[in-house]
Amino acid sequence: MKKSILFSFTIVTVAGIIFFACSKKVDGRTDSIAALQPAKTDDNAGTWKTILLVSPTEFPVAAPIATNTPDYIAQVNEIKTWQKDLTNDEKNIVKYWSAGAVLRWNEILRELVAKHNLPPYQNADNTYPFPSANNPLAYPLFPFANPPYAARAYAYVSAAQYDALVAAYFYKKLYNRAAPYNVDATVNVLIPKSDLPSYPSEDAVVEGASVEMLKLLFPGDQDYIQLKAEEHKHARLIAGANVRSDIEAGEALGKAVAQKFEIRARGDRAGAAIGTAAQWAQLETDATAKGEIPWYSLESPKRPPMLPLFGKVKAFLFDSLTAISLRPVPPPSTSSQLMKDQTAEVLSYSKDDSREHYRIVHFWADGVGTYTPPGHWDAVAAEDFIKQNYSEVRWARNMALLNMAEMDAAIVCWDTKYNYFNPRPTQMNPSIKTLTGIPNFPSYISGHSTFSGAAAAVLGYLIPDNAGKYNAMATEASMSRLYGAIHYRVDCETGLVVGKNVGNYAVIRAQNDGAGN
Amino acid sequence: MPEILIIITLKDKYMKYLKIYFNKPWIILCCCLLFAVSAAAQTDNDAIMMTKNNFCVGSIYGYSSWKNYWEGTFKRDNANLGTVSFQMVSVMGNYGITKKLNVMFGLPYISTKASQGTLHGLKGIQDLSFWVKWMPIEKQLGSGTISLYTIGGYSFPVSDYVADFLPLSIGLRSKNLSLRGMVDYQLGSWFATGSATYVVRSKVNIDRTSYYTTEMHYTNEVSMPDAMQFNVRTGYRSSKFIAEALVGNWTTLGGFDITKNNMAFPSNKMNMTNVGVNIKYNVQAVDGLALIGGGEYTVAGRNVGQSTTVSAGVFYILNFSHHKKTIKTASPKTN
Repeated sequence: MKKSILFSFTIVTVAGIIFFACSKKVDGRTDSIAALQPAKTDDNAGTWKTILLVSPTEFPVAAPIATNTPDYIAQVNEIKTWQKDLTNDEKNIVKYWSAGAVLRWNEILRELVAKHNLPPYQNADNTYPFPSANNPLAYPLFPFANPPYAARAYAYVSAAQYDALVAAYFYKKLYNRAAPYNVDATVNVLIPKSDLPSYPSEDAVVEGASVEMLKLLFPGDQDYIQLKAEEHKHARLIAGANVRSDIEAGEALGKAVAQKFEIRARGDRAGAAIGTAAQWAQLETDATAKGEIPWYSLESPKRPPMLPLFGKVKAFLFDSLTAISLRPVPPPSTSSQLMKDQTAEVLSYSKDDSREHYRIVHFWADGVGTYTPPGHWDAVAAEDFIKQNYSEVRWARNMALLNMAEMDAAIVCWDTKYNYFNPRPTQMNPSIKTLTGIPNFPSYISGHSTFSGAAAAVLGYLIPDNAGKYNAMATEASMSRLYGAIHYRVDCETGLVVGKNVGNYAVIRAQNDGAGN
Repeated sequence: MPEILIIITLKDKYMKYLKIYFNKPWIILCCCLLFAVSAAAQTDNDAIMMTKNNFCVGSIYGYSSWKNYWEGTFKRDNANLGTVSFQMVSVMGNYGITKKLNVMFGLPYISTKASQGTLHGLKGIQDLSFWVKWMPIEKQLGSGTISLYTIGGYSFPVSDYVADFLPLSIGLRSKNLSLRGMVDYQLGSWFATGSATYVVRSKVNIDRTSYYTTEMHYTNEVSMPDAMQFNVRTGYRSSKFIAEALVGNWTTLGGFDITKNNMAFPSNKMNMTNVGVNIKYNVQAVDGLALIGGGEYTVAGRNVGQSTTVSAGVFYILNFSHHKKTIKTASPKTN
């Protein structure tokens, strides 16, 4: 009897180990999604309103060679040669990239943000070093992709992709060169076929624009970015989706358009957003002069405030006077009863650290080492866009609308934070313990709430059926900061309203950009 | 000896070496001293068996704290955490199905706290652990006694605690399946025990929908690397008193380092080597009552805190056998 118990025990243990060992693999939600098959081609997208381009022909694309020329036939044969002997790795990269160029580059960007969203470690003298764009691989690595930096990065990449695609769709229609599989029926196409002209390649346009923007934004990650770019272009070729000249023209167009965005980025005042020690001190002096308790860093050693001049960055959706007009009324005075009541409420949430509060706080925390709140909203958007079967150009347009709203939300929010320089709840009452880390910038208004309000407004317009869901998510994201005991209720509620106001500028743009809905 | 560390059938030829067991209260030393890293992973590491139908039950209180930790291989402190401390109260039990086959369980309650910074501590019931411990071989070797053991363990979280809030989480949430081989040699009142354990760890779910390790993961599921555990202990062991020194090592087979100034993550490569001492005292006045105490210190680590841990506990043996045997034994290893 004992023998049989032990035998069973052994069998169960071994079986258990095998079961556990085999179930180690973790799949991402978008790892094996179906290839993009647009519900409509949006072949008139060449007429849609661009963001920076004066016209879709600002960067000319030369006429393609005809499909009956020896050169073109040679390019088709290149595809066929590749296809004779595809490895599993090659089939996998075709499958990966066929899900959509805008989607995959957005995921890559979110990855780079998460990798770089780390505040620098202090120097031996308790000061902090700052990353340098000119020396991105030296510690601290450039960039520190904090929420404003990330919001701006998402916006530039998405906007550049969109303008480049509008230009590409213009030329697609103009030159009307068919895809290789429509020219030569013996090409073994590995992705869904489309009637959309393939010159210039929309995938290569997105790739070229993304690579060019990421050079500026993540200069220390060129090896990884180039690897992805080569993989993307190769995937399109071996899938039979594009001939080499489609890809080369697309990439060149994408890069050219992105360079215009790069010039804008170099002059949008983000480079000066860190400020100087004198400017940091002035913020404190100004708040004190108004009779308010000024914010101070709750980190130890005290860290300089995060990007105090980001509120001065040039917005995409409105001018600088409008940005200031979107700034909300002041928070309750730090000496007021209202502020005492707000602080007491935060303390009560600090003590009420229920599991459900942890779930909500951590679900939305998007703090150190993550893709930040704008990245979270990109993830939410992307997973819903997948279900909408958008064309590449509509993917880019909708991502650009969302991300321009997120960047502009960051601008208005940061302007507000540093205009009022309002202390965090824990500064007002040190017994307030927090369910997540306290970000290193003033309290009023909540960044999460502003980002979420803006995102919900844009996404609710783009996918009206989901508007209720997005509003509920935005409210939960906003309240998560109160549950986490790092924001007052007034920060959250005002942030949500300000965010919606910013988001509405993107909605107005969407109503007038010629893309319809 | 081809039988070493392998589960084999008890052969008749070994029967003559079997000791006579009795029900003197010798207590298992089943502490969860690694609880700062992997509370559930530490199963019973000693070479003591309960005799048939005896049930040893008790409770251990432990306090562990660290100020310095290893961020990858970089040792640092963090003024935003100060000293991170863990308190544990654990209920444990060991039942002798036979003198060679024991089953054990352990269930800790843990609370955590950071002395500086703003982060809120966590608390809750952690993982329920079960072990089956089998001693297939015990025989004379030279003038001492050698015995071999195999121990299988399983643990799983019994509350919905937060894994992804390190270092203040009370555990890592993985379901762990462990298999240990152990050898013990006793010479007079002196002994040495060595063991090696393989721990298979299940995936865990976190509250976030994505996370970055050395690459992005767009999922809330986290693959946990397996781990190995090694333990060597030696000292004095008689039927009244045990005093031992130990060296323990926990090595994660995979995982990644905490990047500079980042937060720790459940699937980090957490390694640690601890040294410690334990004592166990059988209260002569009360049959079945024993007291234990111990201390451990982390001498080397990676992605873990440099812990100092102290613990104390009390155990009592209940005898469920119908007829009490009071036969003296030559072996202090059994109860």
